[in-house]
Amino acid sequence: MQIARSVLTAIRHHLQCAYPSEGCGFLMGVRGPDGEVLVSRSLTVKNRRVAGRKARNRYFISPDDFLSAEHDATASGLQIVGVYHSHPDAAARPSSYDQEHAWPWYRYLIVSVVGGAVRDERVWELTDTRAFVEQLLQIEEQ
Amino acid sequence: MPVLVHVPTPLRPYVDGRDVVPIEHGTVAEVLERMTHEYGKLKAHLFQEDGRLRSFVNVYLNDRDIRELDGEQTPAVDGDEISIVPSIAGGAASARTQLPQLTHDEILRYSRHLILPEVGPEGQRRLKAARVALIGAGGLGSPASLYLAAAGVGTLGLVDFDVVDMTNLQRQIVHGTGAVGTSKLDSADQRLKDLNPHVQVETFETRLTSGNALEILRDFDVVLDGSDNFPTRYLVNDACVMLGKPNAYGSIFRFEGQASVFYAGAGPCYRCLFREPPPPGLVPSCAEGGVLGVLPGIIGSIQALETMKLILGKGSTLIGRLILFDALTLTFRELKLRKDPQCPVCGEHPTVTELIDYEAFCGIGAAPAYEGPEVTATQLAEELQQNRELVLIDVREPHEWEICHIERATLIPLGQLPERLNQLDGHQEIVTHCHRGIRSMQALEILRAAGFSRVRSLAGGIDAWSTQVDPSVPRY
Repeated sequence: MQIARSVLTAIRHHLQCAYPSEGCGFLMGVRGPDGEVLVSRSLTVKNRRVAGRKARNRYFISPDDFLSAEHDATASGLQIVGVYHSHPDAAARPSSYDQEHAWPWYRYLIVSVVGGAVRDERVWELTDTRAFVEQLLQIEEQ
Repeated sequence: MPVLVHVPTPLRPYVDGRDVVPIEHGTVAEVLERMTHEYGKLKAHLFQEDGRLRSFVNVYLNDRDIRELDGEQTPAVDGDEISIVPSIAGGAASARTQLPQLTHDEILRYSRHLILPEVGPEGQRRLKAARVALIGAGGLGSPASLYLAAAGVGTLGLVDFDVVDMTNLQRQIVHGTGAVGTSKLDSADQRLKDLNPHVQVETFETRLTSGNALEILRDFDVVLDGSDNFPTRYLVNDACVMLGKPNAYGSIFRFEGQASVFYAGAGPCYRCLFREPPPPGLVPSCAEGGVLGVLPGIIGSIQALETMKLILGKGSTLIGRLILFDALTLTFRELKLRKDPQCPVCGEHPTVTELIDYEAFCGIGAAPAYEGPEVTATQLAEELQQNRELVLIDVREPHEWEICHIERATLIPLGQLPERLNQLDGHQEIVTHCHRGIRSMQALEILRAAGFSRVRSLAGGIDAWSTQVDPSVPRY
């Protein structure tokens, strides 16, 4: 997955601010015929879990937020190509909860935020058999 | 006109890339059933194994959530539109419900843990979910891996590239005599699985380097540094700081040991304590300086204990404290450590932001500390026979001389050499030797500085003499 440097910077900033809660949002861009994804925009979404105690290790994006994000993406000639979220004080690999709740096709960018600072970021994709495999993360300098 | 099902982008690859699929009418459940029957691979993504819709799959009938209607029993008539709308959820695995369950076998095995309120079933499940990387399957890694495996840490990652040597067995208790000559990882893997078959052992048969450290360590929760050299110690520290992982540190030498927990997120790191490595050669390795058996058992067990506490989140760990242990006097001393705001790795303005060349940083490989002419063991044997005048000086310590020595050699310990130079004749041909060829090079420096010109050092020391010339000389 390729991502523009400025987009990644914005995502990191958002997730560091969300710490110690989990932050989440959409990755928007284009997806080539061979499945190659280029992310050119991100959209911060309210973590609907933030009210509860579980916001530290859970995120939830409601179907309404999803529909309006999709509308937003389409309006700018893009599509939703994935989701990003943070793992506060935990590794940037999918938890079994992530895996249970994942959609195929989308790229999942997981950012490990430790003590308020970004430590690691990795991209994952769900296979047909519902297992996560890691994808290469390439940062595009503009 | 059938019911039209709108499919969201992530599921379109499973319906031949279409965004709308026409399906014969029925209840919502029946419509979805017909659709998954037609497109088999779709099923796993819409339904749980028990046949219920996955919680993050929302179904709308003409813009109304079916949960507000009659759920999946809501009838859809021809011309109706059904939309599948994703909600997106996930999160880090630290919630109680996410921890793996214990089997009956495990409940029995860990019963002494389970009855401790500070551990209990939840703590034991945390241990089971935990992933600990051990750097080195040697003196420290042996007791640490044995205790962590026994305690039920779910996954142990072992990083080592060595084979078991006879001289390891005096202290590296994870390995047995039968494993001599085989890979340390195979040996440890077998022993740990025998000790506790519930433990997953992941082996990395490689030297930990700047090129692979982040890749290997990123998947672990705690790193236990049982390495025996400075480049690896700095590498492990820096990688842990960059990945935000705690490092249960330990080191041993002769009769003394150190232990701490370096966790830059909560306290100081190794570099806050030791900004620069000592000059190469100043601190000998265990192979050169010796190490008391049992000592690694004490330090490695402290590392294992701290690792357990980090996983359980109980007690106060060694973060910000350095333990100094002296086995001869049996004393523990404790030093308070402070985070250094100027630390080049974890300080306020870090200058080291990616892994560097640690061999060069520790002055290894750049230029040998001492160099001079050498002679091989076999060559020396020949020369000793032909040249009765050749002087062989053993610069080891008297207790080493007691273990073994070469017949023709004279003992002058390195420390006494400068004041005993008058016992030597500057015109004679001299060969110095030690255990493995390091100290004899230093002796060469002293001799050459004093004007001796016909001096050489025995390459590989008495160890090479034993393997290449005289097997009756025991190796140590």
